[in-house]
Amino acid sequence: MSLPQINENQIVFHRDQFAQLLTTLRAQGYHVIGPTIREEAIVYDTITEPEDLPIGYTDEQGGGHYRLKKREDKALFGYAVGPHSWKKFLHPPLIRLWQAKRTGKNMQISTEEQHNQTSYAFIGVRSCEIHAIQIQDNVFLRNDYIDPIYQERRQGLFIVAINCGQAGGTCFCTSMQTGPQVTTGYDIALTEIIDEQGHYFVAQSGTAQGAEVMSTLTHRPATADDLTKAEQIVANTAQHMGRQMVVSPIEMKGLLTRNLEHPRWNDVAQRCLSCTNCTMACPTCFCTTVEDVTDLKDEQTARVRKWDSCFTVDFSYVAGGSVRTSPRSRYRQWMTHKLSTWFEQFGSSGCVGCGRCITWCPVGIDITAEVRAIHESEQEQ
Amino acid sequence: MQIHEMTLEEHPFLTGIAAQHHALLMGCAQSATFTPGSYLFHEGEPANAFYLLLKGKVMLEVSTSKQAALPIETIEAGEVLGWSWLFTPYRWHFSARAIEPVQASVLDAACLRAKCEEDHTFGYTVVTKIASILMQRLQATRLQLLDLYQ
Amino acid sequence: MLPRLYHILHRQKELANTFTFILEPCDNATAPAFASGQFNMLYIFGIGEIPLSISGDPTHTDLLIHTVRSVGNVSQATCALKPQDIVGIRGPFGNPWPIEQARGKDLLLIAGGLGLAPLRPVMYQILAQREQYRNVTLLYGARTPEDILYRKECESWRAHLDLDIAITVDRAPTTWRGSIGVVTRLIPRAHFEPQNTIAFICGPEIMMRFSATELEKQGIATEAIYVSMERNMKCAIGFCGHCQYGSAFICKDGPVLPYSHVRNLFFLREI
Repeated sequence: MSLPQINENQIVFHRDQFAQLLTTLRAQGYHVIGPTIREEAIVYDTITEPEDLPIGYTDEQGGGHYRLKKREDKALFGYAVGPHSWKKFLHPPLIRLWQAKRTGKNMQISTEEQHNQTSYAFIGVRSCEIHAIQIQDNVFLRNDYIDPIYQERRQGLFIVAINCGQAGGTCFCTSMQTGPQVTTGYDIALTEIIDEQGHYFVAQSGTAQGAEVMSTLTHRPATADDLTKAEQIVANTAQHMGRQMVVSPIEMKGLLTRNLEHPRWNDVAQRCLSCTNCTMACPTCFCTTVEDVTDLKDEQTARVRKWDSCFTVDFSYVAGGSVRTSPRSRYRQWMTHKLSTWFEQFGSSGCVGCGRCITWCPVGIDITAEVRAIHESEQEQ
Repeated sequence: MQIHEMTLEEHPFLTGIAAQHHALLMGCAQSATFTPGSYLFHEGEPANAFYLLLKGKVMLEVSTSKQAALPIETIEAGEVLGWSWLFTPYRWHFSARAIEPVQASVLDAACLRAKCEEDHTFGYTVVTKIASILMQRLQATRLQLLDLYQ
Repeated sequence: MLPRLYHILHRQKELANTFTFILEPCDNATAPAFASGQFNMLYIFGIGEIPLSISGDPTHTDLLIHTVRSVGNVSQATCALKPQDIVGIRGPFGNPWPIEQARGKDLLLIAGGLGLAPLRPVMYQILAQREQYRNVTLLYGARTPEDILYRKECESWRAHLDLDIAITVDRAPTTWRGSIGVVTRLIPRAHFEPQNTIAFICGPEIMMRFSATELEKQGIATEAIYVSMERNMKCAIGFCGHCQYGSAFICKDGPVLPYSHVRNLFFLREI
């Protein structure tokens, strides 16, 4: 591998400076969100100090399996991804759209002022997660319509990305071309290194704001040696993915379109509980529903938007009944949307290879195994 | 509103039937007209003709204890009427009443059946043609039964 | 996006459970322009929203016209509306009927049941520029003679010498002098040149499937056939995900879709 190019945006800071990073961000008015342990899982929530992070923990993941395990070191980011994704902040699970008041025959509809929305700073965003955010940007920030709720939260966002030091048991970002190396969409990108020289971070700024925040940390310029070590860590991660897709993302698009009546769908339908975990955990799933919530006097009502899932029978209800009554048809809808029709809609695959749908499926349905099964049966013909 | 009218040669039943078989069909054919309200045939009567409608509209009816004439379906110019002539006991299962002035080519059933027997190639052609029409009619009837528009 | 307030000006009963409403914006501004085939989301206070095709004249948009059938909570509440009642309207949304494609060609409109409502604006548009199209035919299938939607209007269209209107019903009493049978049977009798025809089909999915198949059999290219699809809708602007049909969002890529684009999905179950 050739010597990495060094520029003034690349520094090294000691792990002890991490508190200063959080302090700087808070001082700049950001609401800092990061990984923390809650109920035996690493979730994303408000953090105030480095001790809130899952120090010294890693996650053991498999189909329908998630356990936290202690590491031998005190890495701050020594895990893959948990059940939460950043979408819960940018695309809230529950939010009021507007309210209406009735007086006699008259009606007034209004929105609350929601412009005191604080800006988020996300700490520890993985490459797959940055891609997921960009994928949701394509969904919500279109030319014809923009979702103002998403836009407001997205515009002020500060991202401190982390290059993965280990691959998760269900990770397959390399197959989806979304990682593990952070390449885009960040303000600061970190690689955590723990070696004979100590516990430190190689950091690179991607924006002027990122550089400014970095300048408040005690640091030294990165050397070629630092950068090489950082690259090796990421290269090593790329070699140890827990899962693989047997075809490229674009090949998946055609594979599924050609096989909408494949017997494999019956097979997976036998296992799928339609529990909707996968859609809740998936960082790109965006479907929502609306509810009109009225007071008992029928004078005030609010329209509320909530996350929804294509796995519910109601999702496809039209007068006369639902279009997709069988679990088979609903699983097929989710998987063909995620891996195939997403391309025509948004110009990329909808999957970033984070593995959450595999880990959080109670029966361990593995999207990579389903693709493999359909691909192999096609090859046999 | 355009009136649909055609000659026997133009009738869709003859499409795809070889020219020499046209002659066989026409040999059994006679033209007939029916004024609105008059019956081409009644339920229960001997089925001794195959009708190719050239103009007008015919209502197929069945009689019930509650109603003398319950409408089932309309058959119009370009379509054919009747298959009971092809299968024993050669009796009509429905009545057919003209509701617009009707011009039809009436093919004598006994004549047709005899020619089908004599010339099996001709017979095969006629029967497969009728089978395909029956299939389309059955599909259409099934759709009609689905009560789609409620 | 917030619903805009409209009040009901006029209510008319069309069929047993189907009503046409004329609405006007509460703020006295004009209703926005729309294209044939588009729809609005109509909001009833505290109950919810439903998508409704606009069934008025796109060349006269000062008044908004919707025809509604009572089939669920919101539509039932809608059908109970009286003049002066206030509703919320968002729209217009959706991809309209491509009428300009039919210029200089034969235009074949095939409607089933309530499917005539999204096609009525097309008829108005054609009547306003009749010379732009060659043969214009409307084939309409209804349940019984009592269920013929816009019956008086159908009769007035029939009086036009340059329009072909054929109506059929599934069932009828003895007094009925019209056709009985499914609407696809009207297709072989219609006057159109298959290579030079544009067809718009609107009705229950089964009816559209069989009609499209028959049109293909008659020699019309799949690119020249358009259908109007219906799916569950919540947002109408491509964000909620409910209305997806293959890769199409019915709310913004449809509801009018070229048959050639959806033909492979049309014959699949539960898609």
